[in-house]
Amino acid sequence: MINLKEATFMGYRRENGRMGIRNHVIILPLDDLSNAACEAVANNIKGTVAIPHPYGRLQFGADLELHFRTLIGAGCNPNVAGVVVIGIEPQWTKIVVDGIKASGKPVEGFWIEGNGDTATIASASKAAYSMMKHASKQQRVSAPLSELWVSTKCGESDTTSGCASNPTVGNAFDKLYDIGSTLVFGETTELTGGEHLVEARCRTPEVKKKFRAMFDRYQDVVEKNKTSDLSDSQPTKGNIAGGLTTIEEKALGNIQKIGKKCIVDGVLDKAETPTIPGLHFMDSSSAAAEMVTLCAAAGFAAHFFPTGQGNVIGNPILPVIKLCANPKTVRTMSEHIDVDVSGILRREENLDTAGEKLLDALLRTANGELTAAEILGHREFVMTRLYESA
Amino acid sequence: MIHFVVHEPGDVVGVVVVEGVKAGTDLIGWVMDGDSTVNIKAESDIPIGHKIALQDMKTGDTIIKYGVDIGKVVAPIKKGEHTHVQNVKTKRW
Repeated sequence: MINLKEATFMGYRRENGRMGIRNHVIILPLDDLSNAACEAVANNIKGTVAIPHPYGRLQFGADLELHFRTLIGAGCNPNVAGVVVIGIEPQWTKIVVDGIKASGKPVEGFWIEGNGDTATIASASKAAYSMMKHASKQQRVSAPLSELWVSTKCGESDTTSGCASNPTVGNAFDKLYDIGSTLVFGETTELTGGEHLVEARCRTPEVKKKFRAMFDRYQDVVEKNKTSDLSDSQPTKGNIAGGLTTIEEKALGNIQKIGKKCIVDGVLDKAETPTIPGLHFMDSSSAAAEMVTLCAAAGFAAHFFPTGQGNVIGNPILPVIKLCANPKTVRTMSEHIDVDVSGILRREENLDTAGEKLLDALLRTANGELTAAEILGHREFVMTRLYESA
Repeated sequence: MIHFVVHEPGDVVGVVVVEGVKAGTDLIGWVMDGDSTVNIKAESDIPIGHKIALQDMKTGDTIIKYGVDIGKVVAPIKKGEHTHVQNVKTKRW
């Protein structure tokens, strides 16, 4: 048994006090047009990570705010030591740079208009060089496990997710909750059929009301835009191949991730950083890379990802720890699975021992052991869009 | 050796957790909540992860899993049969 109250990990203490478990220098494009320059900088300066994405032009209103919040949040994430931002023009670039600057970490912005790609790449590469020097001098220091923020989201789920891998996360979450950890789950539409169970776990009437409003809003989006009963999207083709029949069944499996004891202490908008410890619900898409990216932007430093049929997701900032209880997936896709909990369905282990195994993997990952997704180079950074560009 | 699991005692379906279940096979199920076992004969081939009916059900009946309503029966199901999208649909959306 791991004594969680005494458990510590060796991570990076950032300027704002937060603890990270990776030491990335990221090259962050403001917009689609700046991806090529960012990738060139990352090619020049070894060890830096470019984070290309397809958006950032002509967005407006809440959608633009979310764009900025996601990029600034990614830059502020404690797994990041320093940030180079490149945009097509200076004004929006500065908004992202100033947002990240508030965290106290090194950040510099560059823009392409009036400079061209090659000059921008040259000056941004020099900045990236200094930041790699800075990052390489950071030493890991000890911190209590409760300082590690942990997010969860499942993907390519099947019935084994609801039977075993999701309840394993739930078991680990219950234990982390007890030591005062900061935790998050989301996937708004994938609570459909089990929303009353989440409501019943909300700490206060205010939290419950906020959760209900977010749930109902998302249901309205589905109602307004659906062309069928959504059976082609939720459950997904992979879910159905894995034996999941309805959204309700999928949702009930999904909800196993919040354990039996955790209370929902807060409700967050997309990419919003929690201000108190405890378990938070984040309004979010159920698409794996979108949700994990929002968790990274909210400041989470490690992620539990249970899968049934074998989702292969990773993230450039947030290490994704995958667990699986489907023996066929564990056999056929072993290089993607960090924690095998298929023994539960052979009755060889129970949720308590599986939860311990997952927490052990969390500590090892926190101390620097690479996840399957990191080794395989999975860096899916997918920004959530709310509506069309102007 | 168990062949399928059932979340709660009142559930009307179990989940097959081994590969290669064929019609006619005698199966042992584990009811996780309460830690008991149940025996049933498979009436269809059922892939791993897919559901087996623990009782006869008629069109309009509610499927209970995790002790909760997960959808409605849209074609009659016999005890031991494969229970999936061909005979069960969501009540939502």
